[in-house]
Parts: sequence; C-alpha cells; structure tokens
Amino acid sequence: MSEIQSQSALDQSQIDDITSAMLGVIADMKASEVQGAVNIRKDGHLAARRNSENIVIETKTDVPGIDIKVKPGTIGEQVHIPVVLTETGLNDKVYNDFYIGAGSDVYIVAGCGIHNDGCETSEHDGIHRFFLEKGSKVVYVEKHYGEGSGSGDRILNPRTEVHMGENTQMEMVMVQIEGVTDTVRDTDCYLAEGAKLTITEKLKTSESQKATSNVKIELEGDSSSVQVISRSVAMDDSVQIFAPLVVGKADCRGHVQCDAIIMGNAKVRSVPGIEADSEDAQLVHEAAIGKIAGEQIIKLMTLGLSEEEAEQQILEDFLS
Amino acid sequence: MLELKHITFDAPASKSADGREIPGKRIINDFSLDIEQGKITVITGPNGGGKSTLARLIMGIEKPTSGRFLLDGEDITEKPIDERARLGIGYGFQTPARFKGMKVRKLITLASGRKISTNECNEYLSAVGLCSGNYLQREVDKSLSGGELKRIEIASVLARNPRVAIFDEPEAGIDLWSFDKLIDTFLQFHHAQPDHALVIISHQERIMQIADRIVVIKEGQLDREGPREEMMPTLMIRMPQNPTCGMAAVETTIGQWSLTEEGVR
Ligand SMILES: Nc1ncnc2c1ncn2[C@@H]1O[C@H](COP(=O)(O)OP(=O)(O)O)[C@@H](O)[C@H]1O
Ligand SMILES: [Mg+2]
Repeated sequence: MSEIQSQSALDQSQIDDITSAMLGVIADMKASEVQGAVNIRKDGHLAARRNSENIVIETKTDVPGIDIKVKPGTIGEQVHIPVVLTETGLNDKVYNDFYIGAGSDVYIVAGCGIHNDGCETSEHDGIHRFFLEKGSKVVYVEKHYGEGSGSGDRILNPRTEVHMGENTQMEMVMVQIEGVTDTVRDTDCYLAEGAKLTITEKLKTSESQKATSNVKIELEGDSSSVQVISRSVAMDDSVQIFAPLVVGKADCRGHVQCDAIIMGNAKVRSVPGIEADSEDAQLVHEAAIGKIAGEQIIKLMTLGLSEEEAEQQILEDFLS
Repeated sequence: MLELKHITFDAPASKSADGREIPGKRIINDFSLDIEQGKITVITGPNGGGKSTLARLIMGIEKPTSGRFLLDGEDITEKPIDERARLGIGYGFQTPARFKGMKVRKLITLASGRKISTNECNEYLSAVGLCSGNYLQREVDKSLSGGELKRIEIASVLARNPRVAIFDEPEAGIDLWSFDKLIDTFLQFHHAQPDHALVIISHQERIMQIADRIVVIKEGQLDREGPREEMMPTLMIRMPQNPTCGMAAVETTIGQWSLTEEGVR
C-alpha cells in the first residue's frame, strides 16, 4: 500500500467488516469519510495511512510506532490513529509521539478495539507521548473497547505522557466503553506556566473485569491549572481503582472529582491525592461512591419508564 | 375520577444514619377523598400533616397499610409506579431529584414520552418562567438552583400531561413574577383539558383562590374539605410577623404564609 496519500481517499483494501465496525465504535469514524490525517494499525501492522496538509505521520525506525508531527500554526485539522486487534494471542506494543507545533489547534482521536474470538489473551499497550509547544491547543479523545466470542482476555495497558508548554491547552477524554477484561492506565502530565488541562475519564466495567487508573499531574508553572473528572459505573463482580494525584509546585489550581456508581458485587476504590509544594497552590479533591439514587429511579418511573429502563437511562446519562 | 378509600399508612420502624431506632408511626389515618374530573383540588394543612405522603401513596411510591385507590372505578392499589404513570397519574415532587449528566432537554423529552421539538421543549420551560438562558442544554444536577430545579420538575409534569396531575408545593423557591406566570399556566393547562383533574398541594392563598375544592389535612387525617367559597373564610391566613418588612417585602416571600392553628382547627 502507498504510505503517503495526501488528502486523497484512504486505501481501504485491508479494512474488513469487523475492523470497520470497530473503527465506528472506537473512533467514531467511517474509514471512507474520515477527515485529515489517518493511521490505522491492525494486528500489529500498518493497515492504512494518509497525511494531511500540515500533519505528517512517520513510522518510527527504532521501535514499533509512529511520530505525528503537527506544523506550527495548524488550525482545525484532525488526526485519527485507531488500533484494532482481531487476532487472538497477539501482544502489540507501540510508541506514538505527538509533536504539536506552536499556536496550532488540532483534534486527535485515538482508540483501541480488541475483537477476540479465541481463547488466548490479546493485549495492546499504547505508549503515547505528547509535546505541546507554546500556545497550542489539543483535544484528545481515546476510546477503548473489547468484544468477541472467545474466552481469551482482552487487555489494554495505555501509558500517556503529556508535556504542556507555556500557555497551552489540552482536553483529554478517555473512555472505556465495555468489554476490556483488564486495564491499567498510567497518565502523567507536566504543565508549564499558563497551561490548562482537563481530563475526563469515563469507565464502565462488568463481569469480573478490572480497571486501574493512575493519573499524576504536576503543575510546575504559575497560572497552570488542571481539572480531573472521573465518572464510572462498576457492575457485577468488577473492580475499579482510581488514584489521581495532583502536585502543585507553583501558583496554580487543581480540582479532582471522582464519582462512581456501584452495583452488584462490584468494588471501587477511589484514592484522590493532592500535594502542594507552594503556598500559592490551590488544590481540591472530591470523591464519591454510591449506588444509583432511588429517588432518580422513582422520578423516571413516575414518567412511565420501567425500573430497568430508568436504571439504564440514568447510567447512560451519567457516563455521557 | 380518583377515589381514595380509607387510606391508612404506617411508616415501619427504621434506623437513623447514626443508628438510633426510629419507631414505626401512623402517618395517614383512614383518609378518604374523591378527586373530581375537571376540578382543581388544593390540599393544604400544617407542615408534617401528611400531604406529601398522601401524594406519594397516590403515585404508588409508598404502599398503603390499608385502603384502596380507584381510578375511574378501577382498583389500582396494587399497581406499581410506572403502571400508574401510564394510567395517567403524575406527580411533581416537593423535593425533585437531581441527575448527573442528564440534560434538561432529555428529562422533558422522557416526560413527554415522544420526540419533541426544541420549540416545544422551550414552551414548557417558559410556561414555568424559565425563559432566558439555554436551559435545554443544562444538566439537571447541582448546577441548577433550587428554584430552577423546582420549575424544571413542574415543566416535566406539564410535558407528561397526566390525567391526574399532582403538584407538591409548586410555589417553593419561585419569585413573585414567575409565580403569576405559574398560576396562569396552571389555569391554562387545566381549562384546556376538562377531562383532567389538577391537584395542588400548597400553603399559598393565591393558589387556593383558583381551587374548586379545598382539602385540609392535619395529623394524617382529613380535617375538613369543601368548595372554595365555603372553605376560604374558615382558613385564617396570616402573614409572617416581621416588623421590619413592609407589605411589599412580605408579598415577595411567597411560600411563607402559614395557617394559624385556629385556622385549621
Ligand atoms: N416513610 C416514612 N417513614 C417515616 N416517617 C415518614 C415517612 N414519610 C413521611 N414521614 C413522616 O410523616 C409526617 C408527614 O410528612 P409529609 O407527608 O412530608 O408532610 P407534609 O407534606 O404535609 O409536610 C412527617 O412527620 C414525616 O417525617
Ligand atoms: Mg410536603
């Protein structure tokens, strides 16, 4: 396949039906309609790529993975870099580095879908690093999803490192929809002067799934700020552990809010932490765990919804 | 239309959050009432008298210890909340629930039970005095003030349009201007649908003035009831005593009117 097809149609010869359906779920994309720069990785290999006017994607030479380079001043372009695993027993590890040029404003969609029909473990570990130059803005959306009829585990262990330069802004939305057997997510962010970060995490686990999220944010520069919002639903026998930590080293603001709905025999542990090394740091954390409020179910039932419909509606909106 | 026959409700014994025993207690005692089609019934009485409990019993949120509910002659006593809702009973809560992540638009749409346009959603909101601002995209969570939440709750019942609509202290948290609008809304809503029944739980004299019948509940029992003209003079309404407030100030403290003890005796 051709590596570079600037602004042309994407070569879809390697995109089968399963892959295509998963791309819809994890990247909200139809390969034929997607805009901007694209890199689709399937079962450990490049399946399709396209660069856009100001965004270049290159294969790394030392380790598996890609470099995504956004030219300074790029406004309004998109990057889609989904990963799909359909072979059972595959352990795929990639290193993706994003270089975001000064003053640019881009929308990046990553995501990983595992379709495991076999009995062996399928695993994808994505190591993402972001380097935001002065004044740049990024919206980053990452969705994780598992499916398949096999008994094999579906494991995702993403590591994300974000280096935010002066007066940069980043909005990270990380969603794990369903079907991931085991996940340990590590996120580390470093914020320079005037950098603003929001992290929204949405997670649903069921059966005997396990999910751990460790987030560490270092507010290094004055006027930097972070808001971490985590919403989760733990059902059946699943286990969730949240450990967000905000460290304030300057005149900065940090707010962490973890909110979990617990059902069945699930377990949720929420240990938000705040640490201040500067008397000008203002940090707040809140954490709440509880079952669906009975008054919410009752209200929706007075509108004619059955108890099950009410519950479903409440969970859907909670994670919306 | 809706008959309450000898309703008694005993709250079971329970434990408080700090582990203290709360003994069981009779909350509603042998209460009978006929809620008539095409009429506005206002239920009033002292705080703690059992008004909200009665509404919750009608909606099916609480189960009576004894007694029957008949809707158009059909016994609905054993029916769960959602089934009563589908049969045409609706309730606007005194203290509405908040929902993290649910948009106002979603709540109004769920209430209406169909796809409705943005315009129609906004009409329900402006009917309760929420005209400005982008309320449809707001979340029904703690970002709303108590008064806003209360009005959205009322709007949800209007959108649902039940045949028997019960509003529990709709005046709470509502400013004077919106209150006029709300009374107009109730009247319009009522007059447009002569086969419906409107029940308003209220302490407000101005709401009592639109009633066809007024019912007084005290200590879980029917104290008395009758047509408005007969009942109004027996309800001695007094303003809160506050020497620093003039009339105008008193008028804005809606919901502060109270029934004197003589008034309900
Ligand atoms: N489920 C319940 N368990 C125990 N006590 C209750 C319960 N429901 C209501 N009550 C009590 O019943 C009384 C009547 O309450 P309520 O119906 O809210 O009165 P009102 O609406 O007239 O102010 C109050 O004393 C209240 O504390
Ligand atoms: Mg009440």
